[in-house]
Amino acid sequence: MAKIIKYATIVENTLIAPDIYQMVIYDPQIASTAKVGMFINLYPQNSHTLLPRPISISEISENTLTIVYQVVGYGTTEFSILKSGDKIQISSALGKGYTIADVETHILIGGGIGTPPLVELAKQIKTKKIAVLGFKDEPILANKFLEAGAEVYIATETGKVGFKGNVIDLIQSENIVGDYYYACGPKPMLKALKNFCKNINKSVQLSLEERMGCGYGACVGCVCNVNGKSTKICVDGPVFLGNEVNF
Amino acid sequence: MLDLSVKMCGLDFKNPISTASGTFSIKDSPQFYDPSQIGAIITKGVSSVAWLGNPTPRIAETYGGMLNSIGLENPGVDLFIEDELPILQKFDTRIIVNVAGKTLEDYCTVVEKLNETSVDMLEINISCPNVKSGGIAFGINTKLAGQLTKEVKRISTKPIIIKLSPNVTDITEIAKAVECEGADCVSLINTLLGMRIDVNQFQPVLKNKVGGFSGPAIKPVAIRMIYQVRRAIKLPIIGLGGIFNGEDVAEFLLAGADFVSVGTACFHNPLALINIKEDFTKYMEKHNFNNITELKLALLEN
Repeated sequence: MAKIIKYATIVENTLIAPDIYQMVIYDPQIASTAKVGMFINLYPQNSHTLLPRPISISEISENTLTIVYQVVGYGTTEFSILKSGDKIQISSALGKGYTIADVETHILIGGGIGTPPLVELAKQIKTKKIAVLGFKDEPILANKFLEAGAEVYIATETGKVGFKGNVIDLIQSENIVGDYYYACGPKPMLKALKNFCKNINKSVQLSLEERMGCGYGACVGCVCNVNGKSTKICVDGPVFLGNEVNF
Repeated sequence: MLDLSVKMCGLDFKNPISTASGTFSIKDSPQFYDPSQIGAIITKGVSSVAWLGNPTPRIAETYGGMLNSIGLENPGVDLFIEDELPILQKFDTRIIVNVAGKTLEDYCTVVEKLNETSVDMLEINISCPNVKSGGIAFGINTKLAGQLTKEVKRISTKPIIIKLSPNVTDITEIAKAVECEGADCVSLINTLLGMRIDVNQFQPVLKNKVGGFSGPAIKPVAIRMIYQVRRAIKLPIIGLGGIFNGEDVAEFLLAGADFVSVGTACFHNPLALINIKEDFTKYMEKHNFNNITELKLALLEN
């Protein structure tokens, strides 16, 4: 019985961009279970919502976890109105996250609301790191990567901020090159990155997303094909080696 | 002294609460609680060979419930016996294996292989709405349900539970047919066939378009059907469909169930089975019932 669910205390829950909130949760016991790239289940309390919301961990400290989430439905709307001091029901950290490769230059590629888990990754990487972040029109968390000592490149679909286009176009246009790649974002971006990294002969770790039921392996809802085998994203992922994922 | 134990099909159970098929993972669920505390584990459907299930997304939340279109993904009976059964046997609880199939032969292959194992009972799934051929075809046809029951009973050395579908006009007809052909027990209800459409993406939420509807929203349907089946047949009934707390367990037992399964609640809270058992214990104490039989006999009818 290594995993728990419990009510933890919210330290901060702030709007950081339109519809996007950053929540800091205090709970040393839960925080101690977290590793970079893992997620937690957040349990809405409204009686008509039934399933937990699995949300990636964006920052880990000894006593707190930080998540960054977008309001998209009933559950995240409920989370967004919680205040500092309120309780929220959460699980232990779940899944398998990123493994930091023993190389010199790391490339972190985030797409939209997939960017948050890369913040903790940037903080933990001690050598050179470059963050390439893509958004529709409004970047988030860029300052967090700068604070973590990363070089930051930004692409937006509309061209409102930074490069106009997607992250792969930006990587090629700026000739950004590294020894190892990590990514989290929408499926088309991850799929394109898998092929991009294959062509340049580099390894990439991809954090996948799928609609989950339970978030801990019981419902077998969130599977993907990894190495030819149907694999639970919530337990065996969400992070997988790009060359092993069959989209 | 409160006694939660029950006897069903000649077997003793420490309490009348089990997992529902497809909502428990022997590798993952015990990370949160000790399954030895529950009356039985009913496994995910096991088929004769590995099944991949349906494409994702295959989970959708609904108001007070959820849809799933997993499609009985499982590694097949051989890997089940090799990988999962040894872990299941470590816990001090009854093991009921849910058996899935597309043809009569599929079901029989699994049943024969499980004859050689220590599992306590088999639950024959003739009611999964997510498998296109076979499966539910047996569950919505009185004659086919009877034939399958007869054949499975002929070869099985274990007590047989037939899991019934609510997606029928008269569930008592199917219940009577399987009783007549020798079933030892029935479980009901499996999920109701449902659908959701994403009004912003303009497409069905599930890739499979339709899926099985479960959760508290379906509980009144389950209660009604158990009440009807209880009055149509004599077999023990395992009741399920939206149980979320101790009072729900009591409601199922009052309706005529002898045992209950808890499924969707385990997604809402991984500790649901433990919490529901404790909550049910409090309910029994509140009403001064000493055992399950006293509760089952307590229903007042005009």
